[in-house]
Amino acid sequence: MGEFRQQIESAIPALRRYARALTRDVEAADDIVQDTLVRALRSEHLFHGGDVRAWLYTILTNLNRNRLRGLSRRPVLAPIKDSDAVSGAPESGGRDIGRALDELAEEPRTALLLVVLEGLTYREVAEIQGVPIGTVMSRLARARMQIRSYLDGERPALRRVK
Amino acid sequence: MTERDPIVSEDELHAYVDGELPAERRGAVEAWLATHPDDAARVAAWRSQAELIRARYGGAADEKLPRRLELARLARRRQWRLTAMVAAAVLAAFVAGGAAGWFARDAEGASSSDLRKFTADALDAYRLYVVEVRHPVEVAGDERPHLVQWLSKRVGSPVRIPELDKMGLKLVGGRLLPGPTGATAFFMYENGSGERFTLYCGQTDDRETALRYTTGDHNAAYYWVDHNMACVLSGPAERDKLHAIAQAAYDQIDTRSSPRGG
Repeated sequence: MGEFRQQIESAIPALRRYARALTRDVEAADDIVQDTLVRALRSEHLFHGGDVRAWLYTILTNLNRNRLRGLSRRPVLAPIKDSDAVSGAPESGGRDIGRALDELAEEPRTALLLVVLEGLTYREVAEIQGVPIGTVMSRLARARMQIRSYLDGERPALRRVK
Repeated sequence: MTERDPIVSEDELHAYVDGELPAERRGAVEAWLATHPDDAARVAAWRSQAELIRARYGGAADEKLPRRLELARLARRRQWRLTAMVAAAVLAAFVAGGAAGWFARDAEGASSSDLRKFTADALDAYRLYVVEVRHPVEVAGDERPHLVQWLSKRVGSPVRIPELDKMGLKLVGGRLLPGPTGATAFFMYENGSGERFTLYCGQTDDRETALRYTTGDHNAAYYWVDHNMACVLSGPAERDKLHAIAQAAYDQIDTRSSPRGG
């Protein structure tokens, strides 16, 4: 197996982890990973060295964005998964980290996951998202602020009615 | 190293948590946190968020790989799928601007059909609701500020409801509808003789366009994009009349002009 395939192969577990957190759905996550791998293999003959891992994250991030667009287009009938419940106990009456991530817009969520879950640098995230580092930092700040207020019990999506 | 530290920015706090802070600033940030409990609490909260995320999803990397993700299988499957055409297309995309260019092209190809989808959905909605006597809208036209607020929030960007009284059209009201890219705002207008026109607006990544005309059997539509907002004005197939109304709506929705209505 060539260097390119080895690099891809060693990235698969991390891609699954990232996709799982992005989609919060085991099947959808593996679908995106599979799609990412297929696309990567398709351009194997163009590979001349470089950071395959960051490139794979870029493909996966783009595919997830397309998926979200597609989801808003058609209704989805998905079985309710209890996998979220087993892998981490929800805190404070269902206000768990998974739901907090769900509340975020796609870009802040992506930035946060790439930094805290995947351990990428701000610079790498900026390249993946195609934005300046300052934008990555403001996305990160927004994500952290929203998660904090969500876990603290505020519901930013709902307005209190007097 | 200074005795009296300059203010520590929020960016530096994030960088500190993420291990991106230059070593020479660590001392300053730590000193700051020791004397600023609010910031110390934020930093602690961010760290605990990261822990929760890693605890919840970290395990996915250790799970046994399903067969469909085995690279050797995927590569074998690819062997017989790879055609010269695909290779040429990929190569062309790379030559045109690297991997980023390739994906940008993908996205563009996907969204340029927004025009067709928006118009088709808008005309469907028009045909469906224009014949409705009792419940043509969810929120009546006399609740204009509420409509603007509600639909802007759902659509995800500011929605403007043009005033078309000069064209003899009264706002019947509006409703929320599903559209090609998510939530869309739908407004209905009516003239004195009961002719109805509808305006359908939703977010798009399409580039800005001027008015484009599409005609169906008995009805027609004008489509345009302004600042990521796709709008379709539908009505009876009388091109000149429809154009005049679409032009008036277009002028008012134009985000570069001063806000009106709402």
